[in-house]
Amino acid sequence: MELIFEKSVAGRRGFDFGSSDVPVHGHIDPQYARGAEASLPEVSELDVVRHYTLLSQKNFSIDTHFYPLGSCTMKYNPKFTEGLARLSGFTDLHPLLAQLSGGEQWTQGALQILYELERWMCEMTGFTHFTMQPLAGAHGELTGIMLMAAYHRARGNSKKKYVIIPDSAHGTNPASAAVAGYETISIPSNKDGGMDLEALKAAVNDETAGLMMTVPSTYGVFEGNISEIAMIIHAVDGIMYYDGANLNAVLGRFRPGDIGFDVTHKTFATPHGGGGPGSGPVGVNEKLAKFLPISRVVKKSDGDYALDYNYAQSIGYISSFYGNFGLLVRAYAYILMLGKEGLMDTANHAVLNANYIRKKLEPYYKICFDRICMHESVFSAQIQAQRGAHAIDIAKFLIDQQIHPPTVYFPISVPEAIMIEPTETESKKTMDHFIKIMIEADQLSLNNPSVFKEFPKTMPITRPDEVKAARDIKTSFYTSSSNAA
Amino acid sequence: MNPYITNTPKEIEQMLSSIGVDSIDALFADIKPEHRLKSFDLPQGLSEYEVVRHLTSLSLKNNVHVVPFIGGGFYDHYIPSAVSSLTSRGEFYTAYTPYQPECAQGTLQALFEYQSSMCALTGMDVSNASLYDGGTALYEAMMMAIRITGRNKVIMDGGVSPIYRKILKTYTHHLSYEFQETPVVHGQSSREEIYRLLDNDTAVVILQNPNFFGAIDDLTDIIQKAHSVGALALISVYPISLGLLKTPAQMGADIVTGEGQSLGLPLNFGGPYLGFMCARKKYIRKMPGRIVGETLDSKGQRCFVNTLQAREQHIRREKATSNICTNVSLCALQAAIFMAVVGKNGLTAMAQLNLDKAEYAKQLLSKIKGVEVKRSSPTFNEFTVHLPKDASQVVAAMMKKGFAAGFPLGRYYPGMERYLLVAVTEKRTKEEIDRYAKALQEVLD
Repeated sequence: MELIFEKSVAGRRGFDFGSSDVPVHGHIDPQYARGAEASLPEVSELDVVRHYTLLSQKNFSIDTHFYPLGSCTMKYNPKFTEGLARLSGFTDLHPLLAQLSGGEQWTQGALQILYELERWMCEMTGFTHFTMQPLAGAHGELTGIMLMAAYHRARGNSKKKYVIIPDSAHGTNPASAAVAGYETISIPSNKDGGMDLEALKAAVNDETAGLMMTVPSTYGVFEGNISEIAMIIHAVDGIMYYDGANLNAVLGRFRPGDIGFDVTHKTFATPHGGGGPGSGPVGVNEKLAKFLPISRVVKKSDGDYALDYNYAQSIGYISSFYGNFGLLVRAYAYILMLGKEGLMDTANHAVLNANYIRKKLEPYYKICFDRICMHESVFSAQIQAQRGAHAIDIAKFLIDQQIHPPTVYFPISVPEAIMIEPTETESKKTMDHFIKIMIEADQLSLNNPSVFKEFPKTMPITRPDEVKAARDIKTSFYTSSSNAA
Repeated sequence: MNPYITNTPKEIEQMLSSIGVDSIDALFADIKPEHRLKSFDLPQGLSEYEVVRHLTSLSLKNNVHVVPFIGGGFYDHYIPSAVSSLTSRGEFYTAYTPYQPECAQGTLQALFEYQSSMCALTGMDVSNASLYDGGTALYEAMMMAIRITGRNKVIMDGGVSPIYRKILKTYTHHLSYEFQETPVVHGQSSREEIYRLLDNDTAVVILQNPNFFGAIDDLTDIIQKAHSVGALALISVYPISLGLLKTPAQMGADIVTGEGQSLGLPLNFGGPYLGFMCARKKYIRKMPGRIVGETLDSKGQRCFVNTLQAREQHIRREKATSNICTNVSLCALQAAIFMAVVGKNGLTAMAQLNLDKAEYAKQLLSKIKGVEVKRSSPTFNEFTVHLPKDASQVVAAMMKKGFAAGFPLGRYYPGMERYLLVAVTEKRTKEEIDRYAKALQEVLD
């Protein structure tokens, strides 16, 4: 399909800002002026509407397709939260209004949402305070690690050097720890998918700043030795970081704050958006609360809400304002509607659905850990790969069957990994269809493995040449491709 | 009750039986009794209508009818209806990150177009597919400059947003970088002070145009001086101003970042926003964040993929260029559509309207007794005024008259308690500007 720039016709206009109603015409001195206009497209509004509507139809999306995508919890997000986030009382609100004298009173509705959402997040996770400011999960991780660093610094402990991370962790965990100035140590998993306690004990010493852990893990396994792990880390004054990526599976069953975790991040009810924007609120216990970023939202004695910047030990500003407010409105509406029982149902059915798929596919694909799983299960396509159909090939076959592939090749510790998370919003009927297609893929790998290389055949494009993309780099219509190797 | 769970009681029974357990509780047996939660005291659920009514009433407690003359890097611009109409399509906003390019060409092509428009706007060679927001983008760019040069001294102009400067300090507080801030003199960067600090240890000089006080500048001389000692120049820009102003590329900048909210995103009480980052081509492999590149499929058709992923955390883990996992895809799409609808001529027209209205407001305000409009530097759509009394008090009094009168600079600049930063976008009508000037006169009388 043509690019919008290729549809451009000199002189065509898409929008009219109207004529000026002020009797002044400003002038920019040539020294400060750009001269030629920016080469943006020259197209009509109809051109734009058709172009992007047609582009949208080249995507899979939750509204059109099933995404059994492990680790990413691609669930359906209710439509009413979208409508609420688009109310002008939210969208037209200038963030600095709340910081002006006399302006707080005009932002009470927004501040109330931030305040109450913080209370609910605390109750869901067992922490005492939350900040809504982090703008994505990885941003939340970085914030959490900076809180860890602030804690050690405040205690005058300059020995802390290492953050311990299991090998099953998301790549963001080690990257966040590194960005915050720590070195990382990777701990292998045992044969049941839990943490190898002996390896942990051997790695922990006075230089251990903390541990980052995802529970349930990316293997879909609930770590049975959490209490022991927390004791080992706390014994050297380390901080226990809970990566909340998989909290969906244990809502209403387990709270990280109850059993020794000190800090967490968690997202709720945010549509994926084709890759963001996200949101990564961070929760802490009393030990770390004084280090939270500013501003904080407080409730005053007269019942009004206010922004409070007065925390001497705060790590400071981690973003410009109060978080991705538009997404927090969605989370607030979602939690308010589901309530206590509805949230517990979420976890119950996420786990039920995941186990149903696990059980049905076990006869065909090698399961990594033969036990009841939480919200996701990890298979390996090793058997199929030996026949010539690798995990990536099965993924491309699924695309032709109008199913978004599961996460493949993650966790990296599992060869030919296929990670499946159906989420609670999918029905048995949808899953039965997926299971049938997965069994067909297995059969096909046995009967005719060579056809896999041709998949997908029904999409707007076939498999792209990714090596060429990285070698002959072309990232803009205006810049000729170049070999930047 | 969770209405988004679709399985019927009968299906649930069938599934439990397939799994070989007799209850959902049995699936949670791995959670030992001592690990079970101590409390889960959340409100009872509500109907959709009840939630809508509650949130609508909360939204009405926010007053969006106060006429805004505040900017500070975040502006009240008009958003053509086609923009949100298109980004509201479920095929865009409920799509996953485009790791499987065959079923994500819509998102990928749109991001390529976004990158192309950002290059056109800034004049730079390459753009990434967006970062969280303007402040975190500036931080990522600073780290990129430190990686490229292998040096650790940062010179930061005092005209860079104080909000951004606070963010950078938070992220670097515990790391061993030398951070030097230079003062703003008569609204402009202090060449003298920057040149005094520039040396062979300097990784980057960070500048902003227009600066936080609204002043515009030609930064070419500073950038040349930075290059002469092997340092990079990083400029944070306000994209709408680039409808008229000299581009960072024309000035010789190496890396350009900014807040893209003004490109078709609502103010949204602070987010989601759009951090953009552009750079010279030779630095692309040091850039953080996702980048979409053009390639061919196995049949030779043009297509788009996430490229240079070897820089990223899911491959490189602790050695990645950044811990960033997501961009703000939907916001970048929104900006791409905004730039397409407004187009080449529209952006210039929009920028000119901003300039005209701000110049008109300057004229009116300068006639008020005791108000001094600072004129030491030219401005775009935001400018600084000196008031005869505390700006914060004036703002409070103006609020009662229905105006968000501007941003009191004393909040971030000690000693500037009587200075007010006033923004005037294309949305402000002559009548609003006239009423604003009248109200200010009354407040000061």
